[in-house]
Amino acid sequence: MAEKLEARHRGATWLAARKIEYAADADPVEVCYQRGWTDGLPVTPPTDARVIAMLKGTTRKPDEIVGRIPPNLAECTIEKVAINAVMAGCRPEYMPVLLAALDAALEPVFTLHGVLATTYFSSPIIIVNGPVAKRIGMNSGINALGQGNRANATIGRALNLIVRNVGGGRPGEADRSTLGAPSKYTLCFAEDESDPAWQPLSVARGLPPGRSAVTLFQGHGPEAFVDQKSRTPEALTKSLALSLVKIGHPKLVQSARAIVVLSPEHYAIYREAGWDRAKIERALYEATIRPGAELVAGADGVGEGIPASRSGEQVPKFHEDGLMVVRAGGAAGLFSAILPGWLAGRSRTELQPVTKEIKA
Amino acid sequence: MNTWLRDPTAETEAVMRARRPPPKSLDGLTVGLFDIGKTRSDEFLNQIEKRLTERGIRSKRYGKPTNAKVATREIVDQVVSGADVVLIALSD
Repeated sequence: MAEKLEARHRGATWLAARKIEYAADADPVEVCYQRGWTDGLPVTPPTDARVIAMLKGTTRKPDEIVGRIPPNLAECTIEKVAINAVMAGCRPEYMPVLLAALDAALEPVFTLHGVLATTYFSSPIIIVNGPVAKRIGMNSGINALGQGNRANATIGRALNLIVRNVGGGRPGEADRSTLGAPSKYTLCFAEDESDPAWQPLSVARGLPPGRSAVTLFQGHGPEAFVDQKSRTPEALTKSLALSLVKIGHPKLVQSARAIVVLSPEHYAIYREAGWDRAKIERALYEATIRPGAELVAGADGVGEGIPASRSGEQVPKFHEDGLMVVRAGGAAGLFSAILPGWLAGRSRTELQPVTKEIKA
Repeated sequence: MNTWLRDPTAETEAVMRARRPPPKSLDGLTVGLFDIGKTRSDEFLNQIEKRLTERGIRSKRYGKPTNAKVATREIVDQVVSGADVVLIALSD
């Protein structure tokens, strides 16, 4: 109600975004479609009252410029972020998470333009750590990678709407993805931090414990991993490696990173043996090293593959820092998930995931 | 009575610019061969360069280190100042 009153009396003067007028008998959801503002799903119409309420979710000023959004390198203000957050269905308290995600996406090493423009399947995947996840009700448990949780669904969607609406990144234009992926609508979830022995992703990536953070990854998914029979960490690692080497193509190497979303039941096998994050990630890296002779172009009658000159090498699937383990999922199910990264990661340094602390 | 929504876009308009007409001949011109940074672009451009050379047409190589990032302003300026026409190529 306060926002409605404020909108009625002040909204037209201090909000800077252009007013798009429409006839009172028109359906505003349809107006958004006609304007090309949606990702294909209906959006919440960005009225003054909703935008004002959304801006109350951050202490950052509405006219602050967050950065330039590719592909058009258009300046984006906090107010424009709020408008797109309204449309995505966010609540105001999600704004700090969304703003941190946008800051991360705009780091040059995240290569947001390339992630949008690629013919590959990738888009930004957002992983949330720290107390904010519980505070805004994010899901890290049952169906964490799926539908049904407002924060998970709308924060990821809002980031993609900003690229579409502010940056001008639309499928068939700058977005050249051959097939796309459902994760291009949204893929955002929280890490399960219920086990104090587990090092959260944000801490592994350099932030102090107890801080809220987002980590952005260029990828898609999920791809299923099922192993209901391995009972030792060594066996499970070998088993996971069989699936990890397949991402992109079994004979393509050192071109994509990957996230392993480790479910509670699979994690328990590692935990009971005393394996921590670093040990799991290192073991997975080593388990995905294979003889080059099996991977060269033409081997086994398959055209795809690495140059013949590498046939004598032992070839890793990933760069040494190319694997990240994230814990999530429901208590039952010896299933985990793989989120394959963008294949453009041939240069380990040019293209990296980005972690940012969530502030205001 | 009309009502309104707030514009979620950058409120910019695309400017349509007419393409420069292609040259009638490449004689005397320098053809820029631009590698966008994909794995086998060089193989493709090597072939193009060879064919241009066979026809007596001058060419000059340009590129960027990775297809994951756009060309910097400096790289674009180098192409503009060094080539008359440019072929941008990719190959996997």
